[in-house]
Amino acid sequence: MEADSEDSGICELRLYVAGQTPKSVTALANLKKMCEEHLAGKYRIEVIDLLEQPQLARGDQILAIPTLVRRLPSPIRKIIGDLSNTERVLVGLDLREPRSE
Amino acid sequence: MDSLARNLEQEGAASRSLPKAPTGIAGLDEVLGGGLPQGRPTLICGSAGCGKTLMAMEFLVRGATDYGEPGVFMSFEEGAEELTQNVRSLGFDLDDLVARNLLGIDYVHVERSEIEETGEYDLDGLFIRLGYAIDSIGAKRVVLDTLEALFSSLTNTGILRAELRRLFRWLKDKGVTAVITGERGDGALTRYGLEEYISDCVILLDHRVNEQLAIRRLRVVKYRGSLHGTNEYPFIIDERGIEVLPITSLGLEHEVSTERVSTGIAALDVMLGGEGYFRGSSLLISGGAGTGKTSLACHFVAAACGRGERCIYFAFEESKAQIVRNLSSLGLDLESPVRQGLLRFHAARPTLHGLERHLVLMHKAIRDFQPQIVVLDPVTNFLSVGTGEDVKAMLMRLLDFLKMQQITLLLTSLTHGAETEQTDVGISSLIDTWMLVRQIELSGERNRGLYVLKSRGMAHSNQVRELVLSDRGIDLTEVYLGPEGALTGSARLAQEARERREAAERHQEIERARLDLERRRQALDAKLAALRLEFEAEEEEMRRFIEQAEAGEKSRLEDRKDMATARQAKASPAAGRGRTEPKGER
Repeated sequence: MEADSEDSGICELRLYVAGQTPKSVTALANLKKMCEEHLAGKYRIEVIDLLEQPQLARGDQILAIPTLVRRLPSPIRKIIGDLSNTERVLVGLDLREPRSE
Repeated sequence: MDSLARNLEQEGAASRSLPKAPTGIAGLDEVLGGGLPQGRPTLICGSAGCGKTLMAMEFLVRGATDYGEPGVFMSFEEGAEELTQNVRSLGFDLDDLVARNLLGIDYVHVERSEIEETGEYDLDGLFIRLGYAIDSIGAKRVVLDTLEALFSSLTNTGILRAELRRLFRWLKDKGVTAVITGERGDGALTRYGLEEYISDCVILLDHRVNEQLAIRRLRVVKYRGSLHGTNEYPFIIDERGIEVLPITSLGLEHEVSTERVSTGIAALDVMLGGEGYFRGSSLLISGGAGTGKTSLACHFVAAACGRGERCIYFAFEESKAQIVRNLSSLGLDLESPVRQGLLRFHAARPTLHGLERHLVLMHKAIRDFQPQIVVLDPVTNFLSVGTGEDVKAMLMRLLDFLKMQQITLLLTSLTHGAETEQTDVGISSLIDTWMLVRQIELSGERNRGLYVLKSRGMAHSNQVRELVLSDRGIDLTEVYLGPEGALTGSARLAQEARERREAAERHQEIERARLDLERRRQALDAKLAALRLEFEAEEEEMRRFIEQAEAGEKSRLEDRKDMATARQAKASPAAGRGRTEPKGER
């Protein structure tokens, strides 16, 4: 699974924020750090500020802010929150199997 | 309905401070004293399938079409496509409203499986979406259906609750009239306690199944700052949307008519004080099976139609065709009033709907048709769909509605057994004129006796009349009242024949006596004549004897004188000579 997604190419990520709130800033920083560590060169991050483009909230069914959406590879994955728990983000993005209990 | 509305309106005028947003839902605004609190959120809660979504949707649709207030429907359960389809059956064309920018539908869908939560977040996304939807059409009304779906999508309830609190405050700041629906929870109004956040107005919907029949009811649990109807009000959902029946027992303030109307049966009019019933009164015909209740009712109807009045006939036992056919055998033509549009039949089994729905449907039919007389035949069939109390409550509602408009209500009631002086439905107190048809069983046949048990406001007959059905219609004949009690049918005929016979016999006897007397008189006369003749004969004889005797005496005296004369002529005047007179002739 890990190999598949990494081999198949680019991981397309979209981060929805609403203005420069502390949560948004934290989330973006966490995301960049994580991508550099685990997806170096194989990712693309798009930040969407819903205050500027509110109509886009509907398309990706955004409720919570911040929300990270992995648009590619499919299936679509969403992670809400400030992405402070890297472990869970990786699991959420299918970049790592959940730790065995 | 009107008195409640009037009350609430009056109170509303006193506390004008609270602006209301009319829902446009029939009857609901009366219950709410004008509408939902404007610019505030309202909670509509109830169990699954109770009509929350429809009510919320109608609130938006009516607002958009009737009050020029665009609305946003944010759905957490159904997609726009589904919603549009679901309400199309109610006559709402959502696509059209959306195209005209009067309605926005936003389907918020959160797939639990594709979401991971990590760290802090808020629901700004939702706020932004909602705000965007509101601003893009200038919405004044918002529906969130069902917000609680979020609780199953997001695990951090701490954040969720804080955000919901913020949402409702935000909605108030926005100044939109919001309706939030919530699923009923165990022992609480909503499963996640939404009522904690929405305290301005809470409406509870209920969909109860009672003896296999579903009844929808609505109750305004609270309405801060406004008076509202506190009862449970039945409502229905039909092809025109939701209809709430706020009718309670009105203050008995309705106008009454003094106009008297003929029943169509002259003899019955006579029994009812000579002029028939009061317009707008309630009539009840009760009786056992086959006593001619329907026939009587149809006479009332035919008479009314004959005067050009309009009638609605709710038949719960027979079809229209059956009634028309049966009544034609009584020489009553119901077909032509139907064709003229004066008479309308609504035939349905009572079990087809619940009582409330019946009531609403009847309301609707009556409002549409504006009749002068409404017939329910028989009202006792409602007992198969509700208890006596329920039926009575329903009738009371219907009756109040009809009395307000001076529509005459004619009920028939099927009674069982001999106890006929109380109706099964216990509605006698609602009834102004009560006619009872009773089977009188006598000498091997059953006949119908009609009484007027009571008739308010008129001097009605206290007598029993025999109800005779023939091809010339219904007639009421006087029953034979004699020493053997009231006789009907052939017993009455037999009795009458016997009376005639006896009378003839008595007549003959008198005649005979008269002849006898005459004969006796003649006999007496004859006897008298004979006696007189006899007497006369005797008298004659006696007279003759007397004459002879007198003649003899005279001649004897003359003889003696002659003799004396002769003796003196011979001389010798002896002294004693005189004594020695001849006696020999005697």
